[in-house]
Amino acid sequence: MQQDEPAENLGESRFTLRRTSALSGISRSRRAQLGIGIIAFFTLLAVAAPIVAPYSPYAFPAPGPPYSPPNSKFLFGTDYLGEDILSELIYGGRISMTVGLIVAALSTGVGTLVGVVAGYYMKTIDEALMRLTDIVLILPPLPLMIILAAYLGPSLQTVIFVLTVTAWPSVARVVRSQTLSLRERPFVDSARVAGASDIRIVTKILLPNLASIIAANAVLMVTTAIVGEAALDFIGLGDITTVSWGTMLYWAQSYAPFNGAWWWVVAPGICIVLVGLAFVLVSISIENVFNPKLRSV
Amino acid sequence: MNQLTTDADGPPGNTVIEVKDLSVTYRTQLGLMKAVDGVSFRINKGEILGLAGESACGKTTTALSIMRLLGANATVEGHIGLDGKDVLQMTEEELRNFRWKQVSLIPQGSMNSLDPVIPVGSQIVEAIRAHDDSSKSDARKTTEKLLSSVSIHPSRAKNYPHEFSGGMKQRAVIAMALALNPSLVIADEPTTALDVVVQKQLLLLLQDLKNKLGISFLFVSHDLSVIGEIADRVAVMYAGKIVEIGRKIDVLKNPSHPYTQALVNSVPRVFGNRRQLRSIPGNPPTGIWPTGCRFHPRCEFAFELCKQLEPKLQLSNSGSQAACHLVSQPERKDPGKQ
Amino acid sequence: MKLPEAQVQNAISEPSPILEIRKLTVHFQRRERLIGRKTTIRAVDNVTLTLAEGETLSLVGESGSGKSTLARTVMKLNQPTDGTILFRGQDIFEYQRGEDLKAFRKRVQMIFQDPYESLNPQSTVFNTVIEPRIIHGLAPDKDERSNIASRMLSMVGLDPNSKLDRYPHELSGGERQRVAIARALSLEPELLVADEPVSMLDVSIRLGILNLLQKLKQDLKLTYLVITHDLGVARYVGTRIAVMYFGQIVEIAETDELINHPMHHYTSLLLSSIPGTENPQPLVVGSDVDFSYSAANPPSGCRFRTRCPKAQDKCASTEPKLTELARGHFVACHYPLNP
Repeated sequence: MQQDEPAENLGESRFTLRRTSALSGISRSRRAQLGIGIIAFFTLLAVAAPIVAPYSPYAFPAPGPPYSPPNSKFLFGTDYLGEDILSELIYGGRISMTVGLIVAALSTGVGTLVGVVAGYYMKTIDEALMRLTDIVLILPPLPLMIILAAYLGPSLQTVIFVLTVTAWPSVARVVRSQTLSLRERPFVDSARVAGASDIRIVTKILLPNLASIIAANAVLMVTTAIVGEAALDFIGLGDITTVSWGTMLYWAQSYAPFNGAWWWVVAPGICIVLVGLAFVLVSISIENVFNPKLRSV
Repeated sequence: MNQLTTDADGPPGNTVIEVKDLSVTYRTQLGLMKAVDGVSFRINKGEILGLAGESACGKTTTALSIMRLLGANATVEGHIGLDGKDVLQMTEEELRNFRWKQVSLIPQGSMNSLDPVIPVGSQIVEAIRAHDDSSKSDARKTTEKLLSSVSIHPSRAKNYPHEFSGGMKQRAVIAMALALNPSLVIADEPTTALDVVVQKQLLLLLQDLKNKLGISFLFVSHDLSVIGEIADRVAVMYAGKIVEIGRKIDVLKNPSHPYTQALVNSVPRVFGNRRQLRSIPGNPPTGIWPTGCRFHPRCEFAFELCKQLEPKLQLSNSGSQAACHLVSQPERKDPGKQ
Repeated sequence: MKLPEAQVQNAISEPSPILEIRKLTVHFQRRERLIGRKTTIRAVDNVTLTLAEGETLSLVGESGSGKSTLARTVMKLNQPTDGTILFRGQDIFEYQRGEDLKAFRKRVQMIFQDPYESLNPQSTVFNTVIEPRIIHGLAPDKDERSNIASRMLSMVGLDPNSKLDRYPHELSGGERQRVAIARALSLEPELLVADEPVSMLDVSIRLGILNLLQKLKQDLKLTYLVITHDLGVARYVGTRIAVMYFGQIVEIAETDELINHPMHHYTSLLLSSIPGTENPQPLVVGSDVDFSYSAANPPSGCRFRTRCPKAQDKCASTEPKLTELARGHFVACHYPLNP
């Protein structure tokens, strides 16, 4: 065995590796399974609303007596008009979840762009972008949202816009700090030395290594957005004529207390909590998808 | 019979510590892993035993197990004899008297683990008072003496670690280890992060301490040249076992075990003849040990017996003890034969 | 293995060197405290060095000597504060056309110190090795890519079938470094800069990598600049050794000449500190490092004077220049050791 070449199969020091697919990483986590299950359930309901919901939430005349507690005909009772709350929940989920996903996608997109550019180019670009980020970050979100919404007029688009504007700075900060640390690592130097352009380094090297943290944040952002949407609706800045979990709470706050209609408050509340929690659970497990080390057993 | 005293063990009756059949098994996510498998050696008074080996050979685990510093996931078996007692059977009370007073430790990377917000002198005082019931003023006086003994001016006791150079930090850590006059100091890779000039100073200091204070050292290192410089006797570890042990000159100049030979020959030299060196094929194993002799997959002299039977340490011609079948069957040493 | 005399000869008197570093100075600005003054770290100061085609220059120095900064500047990862670097006669910091810069990147490549960090953890070995060629548009065909990648891996002693679709964390340190070498060579460069190529590898693995580098140099007719703190490594691979201290070159000579007849006191100190029983050098007792000096505030005149056992007044007032005191042997010292 006289050789200068290494005999790679001799005394190989690795444990036996089974390569598993990226997605199986998620399915191995029970938390993730629970989260995905809940999301899937609510999504299915929202998509199939016309089929699944027993009544229309805007039915006229209303299907039942107002303020009926939960019974066999109206599983979650009725509201002050007599509309079926279960149907309101199902249709309302459409708005709430859609807003949540759109805001998460937009704010993550903007925040990542700002964060990566600031972190990679540093110096003046970084200073400028971070000052902008800081300004938006410092403004208290709720008053900002109220002012913007009041100026733009209450509507769904306003809600989406306002939530995105207040959400992107925190993403930018996180992405920037990760970028700053990543760009110093030798494999980035290795790419530069190989002749990679800045664009290539950012898109093909930095972003994939940032994917884990971006995805985790994005998923978490859905929860924030859903709750934020509910909050804006709750204070009347959303479109109160459409049904969403938030607008349900808007109407409920005025009418439910004096009529003992606890079910009207609890039902949308539980939905918000469940869906929000589901996204948090998925966010925690998302590293399994992006970390190549976790793909080999 | 296993107590046959040879040059490999050093002069009898002078033993500071005797490690017998030490085994350490770790519980990991992937199962049980025996990091140290039946290791035995003796360290005598005023002697430096160099423990050489590459990463994952078990040398650090061995060092830590002597101090009983391994975590709950480690099962330690065997016998560590010190002063008539077995360290592995000691109670908490006995351990308190043992640690730092009889045996102390300079852990790997300790010079970078000094608390950055506490002055160096205070850290030494803290170390003293943690193991002893000295008063603060006594501990301070001891600290000043210790710093002088490692060539640090006592006035520097009030400085913070970042105001010390790498070499000074390491000397401060040595001072800490010497605080309660131990008979044995275990040093795990003490010179690894240091520049060669500072390293030399440090090695001279250790020699000095050994000569003046009669302290024994267990010097753990992957750097054979450093071990060659500082040690009196050398033990070479591979895959959790000692493959060769003996006087430095026997082990490093006339190695009997093929691994020792290969290791010695694979270090590019600064002095002496310039020649093309041959590397050892393959990688050092981690956790999954080959059958029979653990080195056989990488050994140019391996024959059938080597795959089947693990060799025991035997006295070799050069005077060292080597765990190799070639010691008892030297006629097999024909590299042409595969 | 003694080097053929002819090769050594050429290394010294080659007319047009492949790389010329001229009075290179690299200073960094650091802010000490949050609202403190900015200090200037003088990492590399007025370094002049030439590399002949086909030689291996080992650049030796301890941490803080500036050798890594020098290597990075050669690779255009840092901007010089002053001075310049010429590759094949062209100033690498003054490329006018994009193609020239791209050509430079093809012809000069680097291997990094940390095999665990110099590979993209998200890329397979295949992607890592073929990426440089993709960047330069040299491997459009899918089949071609596969062939090239396999060839590169075999060249560095790895089995393509078992390694191509592995991720870095599934490889050992030695294997990762081999992948890094394969990647660096995929563009068929002429000059390879190796920054501490084996210092983070296990002892028994180092030699395999060093031998591989030697073999590749011969097969592919490369020129090497090897940065190391280990004189043994420097000697094993180097035809010449240059010693750096505190941002400056203090001695350059052909390898054996430097080791057997060091003329600078720092070189002598280094050599005498090498551990092991074969060291014939008498112990040089240098004074302790003086902390009033640092990279931001080096000693005046000769920077080694605060540790030098032979320092005299002139050493503090005048900076010694690198002068040729024997054939091919340059020393920057007012009172050098006799050869």
